[in-house]
Amino acid sequence: MIDKIFLNMTRTSALLILFIVAWIFVVLFNQSTEAMQTFGLDFITKDEWAPNVDKFGAYAAIFGSVASTFLAMLLSIPVAIGVAIFLSEIAHDKIKGFFGVSIELLAAIPSVIYGMWGLFFFVPILRDLFGGMGISLLAAGIVLAIMILPFMAAVTRDAMNTTPDILKESAYALGGTQWDVIKDVIIPYAKAGIIGSLILALGRAIGETMAVTFVMGNVHHTPSSIMDPTTSIPVTLANEFTEADSSLYFSSLFGLALTLLIMSFVVIAIAKFYFLRKVRKGQ
Amino acid sequence: MTATQKRIIINKIALGFSTLSAIIALGFLFWILSVLVMKGIDALNWNIFIFEGSPPGYEDSGLKHALVGQVILIGLATMIGVPLGIMAGTYLSEYGKSSKLAHTIRDISDIMMSAPSIVVGAFVYAVVVMPMGHFSAWAGAIALAIIMIPIILRTTDDMLQLVPHTLREAAFALGAPKYKVIMDVVYRGAKAGILTGVLLGIARVGGETAPLLFTSFNDNFFTTDLNEAMPSLTVTMFNYAISPYEDWQQLGWAAAFILSMFILGLNIFGRLILHFGKRK
Repeated sequence: MIDKIFLNMTRTSALLILFIVAWIFVVLFNQSTEAMQTFGLDFITKDEWAPNVDKFGAYAAIFGSVASTFLAMLLSIPVAIGVAIFLSEIAHDKIKGFFGVSIELLAAIPSVIYGMWGLFFFVPILRDLFGGMGISLLAAGIVLAIMILPFMAAVTRDAMNTTPDILKESAYALGGTQWDVIKDVIIPYAKAGIIGSLILALGRAIGETMAVTFVMGNVHHTPSSIMDPTTSIPVTLANEFTEADSSLYFSSLFGLALTLLIMSFVVIAIAKFYFLRKVRKGQ
Repeated sequence: MTATQKRIIINKIALGFSTLSAIIALGFLFWILSVLVMKGIDALNWNIFIFEGSPPGYEDSGLKHALVGQVILIGLATMIGVPLGIMAGTYLSEYGKSSKLAHTIRDISDIMMSAPSIVVGAFVYAVVVMPMGHFSAWAGAIALAIIMIPIILRTTDDMLQLVPHTLREAAFALGAPKYKVIMDVVYRGAKAGILTGVLLGIARVGGETAPLLFTSFNDNFFTTDLNEAMPSLTVTMFNYAISPYEDWQQLGWAAAFILSMFILGLNIFGRLILHFGKRK
């Protein structure tokens, strides 16, 4: 009797997850139908976002999301791989433990703090260097890069650490240098895991709100250079959600949220199911 | 130059670059941390814990409202999210095992773990705030709980699977029903792991700002009414930091410092529990 109740309680909680995820999609879809019916494809191809005349085109926000994430990946991938190599192959065991834990702890720092640092300390530097406002696509890309770096380095290191010692030792026995072992043994062996980890970090970056809200500017305009202020989907949501005054405005914001959810779901699913599943099977 | 010499030189260059990137990365992160600590300690004083928010320019302004609000929000989210997460994890590990359903739930929950938190905020806005007609602490707590459940589910599932099967079999052989085996044997064996999962879950949602922006919203005054907008450290920090007033910005740094110490503390504590739990 109690056994049955216990089973049912746990099963309901587990099914609740599926239910919530499905519900999120349904709600966002329903809320955004008005915008989709009004604008159709224009919603994602036009960049005129003018609440005063009830015109909403999300192209600038989508472009900003993609561009800032791309910039962030461009800057952080080489550094993260460097850090991962350092942590898994170069550093002494004692340093390894200390740096490894610090990197993991840094990944836990709330992203809003990276945003505050960006606004007060990094944007002024950009302003002095390049002129203009400092608040720009470039600032967002750099702050985002720094924010995802600890997470990226930690998961890349974990992927590299899956290489069996015996493979590395065989390569050393053949006279390989450390770099030979890294590039010819570790990276080929852990390739799927490394790519999966990097894409997972990309999935996090694309949905990140607080680190970029401070430094991006929320200007609905497709930037002509990386020094221009622009906006991204999360930035628009964070700034305008509580200000929306017409139902079409609301509906368009929900449309943005749905677009973002689909984008990140696809990215994370590719990382998890294509690359990281391969790793699990390989082991 | 022989081929071997060439390889040795390339090796040195490559390893040098890798070490350099580690130094650059740690340099930036150290810069951010030192800014946080210096600005935070600078702004800390007892008034912060005694006074609530006030308009810019007043002497007696503090963060009491946000501190209490943050504790209430996280407490509520924990009360909703932890039991659900642990029960769902229990189902996956003890009943679902490697069935198709269990795998689907694991996959979806894993994806949810990395899904944008601001979208969860928009969802809760549509299903809680709109029908209620106003922002509320409940809405904020529900948004945080939705983010927390996948984390706790995952660790519970993993930790329960680590409990040896022979322990379960021994209990079954004594005639114990399954729920009793789970409650008295499996949970007891995985205690440290589950606790770590809960602490990491709390730490993760503790730093979330985006899902609170339009659920619990914000308030500059002290409140304990769960049906009203509720201030939180994160949203207060955000609002104060983008304000043009220097004293508000100061309070923002103080809030950032307090929150980071809290989250780092939870993380370190969680790791220690797992570390010492394993050793036994």
